[in-house]
Amino acid sequence: MATPVMDKAEAEAARPADSPYITATFRIRRFNPEAAAESYWEDFRVEIDPKERVLDALHKIKWDLDGTLTFRRSCAHGICGSDAMRINGRNRLACKTLIKDIAPEKPITVEPIKGLTVQKDLIVDMEPFFQAYRDVMPFLVTHGNEPTRERLQSAEDRERFDDTTKCILCAACTSSCPVFWNDGQYFGPAAIVNAHRFIFDSRDEAGEQRLEILNDKDGVWRCRTTFNCTDACPRGIEVTKAIQEVKRALITRRF
Amino acid sequence: MATSDIELTGSSAAYSPDNPAPLIEAPRARTPRTAGSTGRSRTNFELYGWVFMRLSGIVLAVLVVGHLLIQLVLDGGVSKVSFAFVAGRWASPFWQGWDLLMLWLAMLHGANGLRTVINDYAERDGTRFWLKMLLYAATVFTVLLGTLVIFTFDPNIR
Repeated sequence: MATPVMDKAEAEAARPADSPYITATFRIRRFNPEAAAESYWEDFRVEIDPKERVLDALHKIKWDLDGTLTFRRSCAHGICGSDAMRINGRNRLACKTLIKDIAPEKPITVEPIKGLTVQKDLIVDMEPFFQAYRDVMPFLVTHGNEPTRERLQSAEDRERFDDTTKCILCAACTSSCPVFWNDGQYFGPAAIVNAHRFIFDSRDEAGEQRLEILNDKDGVWRCRTTFNCTDACPRGIEVTKAIQEVKRALITRRF
Repeated sequence: MATSDIELTGSSAAYSPDNPAPLIEAPRARTPRTAGSTGRSRTNFELYGWVFMRLSGIVLAVLVVGHLLIQLVLDGGVSKVSFAFVAGRWASPFWQGWDLLMLWLAMLHGANGLRTVINDYAERDGTRFWLKMLLYAATVFTVLLGTLVIFTFDPNIR
């Protein structure tokens, strides 16, 4: 097996003066349950254009340096939400993070997202996350006969929940939430965002039921308004605001 | 790197593809059977708790800042506080009411805050149960003792 660490002097000597490439160090949190009970850091030196993304560097490592590196990615263009990871201590999508934006002169740390069970390297068990999502009934509920055409809605009614329709279920918000880190029973920001998307939809009729679910002891009242989720969201959803709007709906319903 | 190439040392020496190490578990993961996802009688306790924290916080800001001003700043500062000073204040039902309200709101506000901290940070069910029992016992004791003193205070005690 080739050593993953490139010789620095050799790498720099081979590069022409006007080359756009730099040598960046990726410090990746590895875990292989078939080999050891503990995870560990491994450094990879990669020659790469700083205008490329962290995902490109991970590909380079997996394809050229160490084929055992394990991570999720599907579309690689910020839509599928597969490759959320903790890069330099912040939750981001590897496919939307340019290397030049995250100080490549220093080692770039890449870890799995926190608060979910690590299965291998950067892959975590997403099942508890999706369970919370399923628990808020993320689907349209109506009664009576289905109309023969679209369910029409005014532009203002659509605008009401526009922000929360952008969610791609990458788990960057939920796995940045300190309450979720310590207690996975909390629904987490992503589930609340997806409940918000239907609670404030004028066509939906199960808003009351979803509010009741989120009134639970593991529901919106556990939110500590730390704004980690809003900072982490790669889609720019105002997550904390959505949670506060659900709280307000619960209070105005009550009083 | 094939898995067999990895040199195993120390506590990891026993692990292999046939005998994998335990996964790095997250605390208290949510499952389909998590209480609350189905059934279970729902109450508005957490809602009222949240509203209580906001309202009592506003009232406490006034009560506590007023209390500190009177005790520590105005009229000679802390040096004036003595048994006679306290006895004089508690002769008036207004100050009795002020202190009683402050005692109850501060204790309930603080206890509810600590309850949420315990819920957030205690991982094991047993730990969180006993920490909360300790908290509730301390709260009830302090509130009852304080209330008893305010109402049965005897300025002529010797």
